[in-house]
Amino acid sequence: MSDHPPPAPAEAAVMPHGAEEVRAHLKIYLAVFFALGVLTAITVGIAYLDLPSKNLAIAAAMVIALVKGSLVALYFMHLIKEARVIYWSLALCVVFFAALMALPVLTSMEHL
Amino acid sequence: MSTAIPWSVKPHPVTGIPNAKLGIWLFLASEVMLFGALFSSYILIRTGSEQWPMGRTILNIPLATLNTVILITSSVTMVMAWASLKMNQFGKFKLFQTLTILLALGFMVVKAFEYGGKLHHYEVTLVEGSEAADKAGALKITGHIDHATAGNGGAITSWIRSRDDLHDGKISFVADPPAGSHEHPAAIELAAEDMERLTFFGPHRDTFFAVYFTLTGLHGIHVLGGIVVLLYFLLPGSRMWRTDPERFTGRIECTGLYWHFVDLVWIFLFPTLYLL
Repeated sequence: MSDHPPPAPAEAAVMPHGAEEVRAHLKIYLAVFFALGVLTAITVGIAYLDLPSKNLAIAAAMVIALVKGSLVALYFMHLIKEARVIYWSLALCVVFFAALMALPVLTSMEHL
Repeated sequence: MSTAIPWSVKPHPVTGIPNAKLGIWLFLASEVMLFGALFSSYILIRTGSEQWPMGRTILNIPLATLNTVILITSSVTMVMAWASLKMNQFGKFKLFQTLTILLALGFMVVKAFEYGGKLHHYEVTLVEGSEAADKAGALKITGHIDHATAGNGGAITSWIRSRDDLHDGKISFVADPPAGSHEHPAAIELAAEDMERLTFFGPHRDTFFAVYFTLTGLHGIHVLGGIVVLLYFLLPGSRMWRTDPERFTGRIECTGLYWHFVDLVWIFLFPTLYLL
């Protein structure tokens, strides 16, 4: 028999989105929408600039896509404030995703 | 005995979130692996190719940009649909959910135009030394089949699969205008014996188009699947709002997570496939 008190309910750590909280977020959603639009215009603009280096063009496009993707994930998918179990699940997902992206590099290696 | 799935609305005491939300996130993690595998293959194929065309020289950038804007806007209307439920505004939810569906359908319509443009665009490889090759000044020409002069009352299909599809064994072909020009050259008549190969810009054409149709096709199927779910929750599924609003709101949140993921995939597809 343990005298330890039962663990506090985990929901206390993850605030459910209340109506007031959601109302306060509406402006953020519109700001993210605006930012996504501007970043899309920049992506297309950069592609037509014909940057001197192809690697630079790829890096610029990928950085902008990462920023756009992060905005969607953080604010629209609410990852900015989410339960720990989701962060850990996604961390595992990121590791395997990175491994997938590294596979093409491995194929060009002479030996490991 | 209750048949309700436990912890589908209230946070599970161990994970801190409802099981439904954990479920959709794990599904999305598996989706990351699906698209990740295809992106990885794309990188391998592209870096291993001796030459690879710049997407923007072949694909329709204005249409793809329009679709990017449409999908981003649909993400906002989706999150507004969920926020409306949280604020107890069911009428606004219906409005934003409808807008999301219309935008999703708009995406598919634009995609149909984009695909149509490719499937009706041809490349002809002319027989070396033939009169047509001499006239064209090149062995390969790209362009469209001219319906007006196709004969047979225009009944000839531009989906030519074999020489048997050619009306009178020939086609009337309008070559693409030279780069920088918008004036289409006059139609020329090409006989079957002048042509070594006639192929449309479909997935079979080359590795670029195989990758393009695979990635955008899989993404398009996800959009279609999303439309079905969005429609269900707008129409019959929305009855739950009257009996169990909290659970319904959770369902819309999960739908939203999926929809934003579809947007997220496009955010990476657009530059890697179309622009670079």
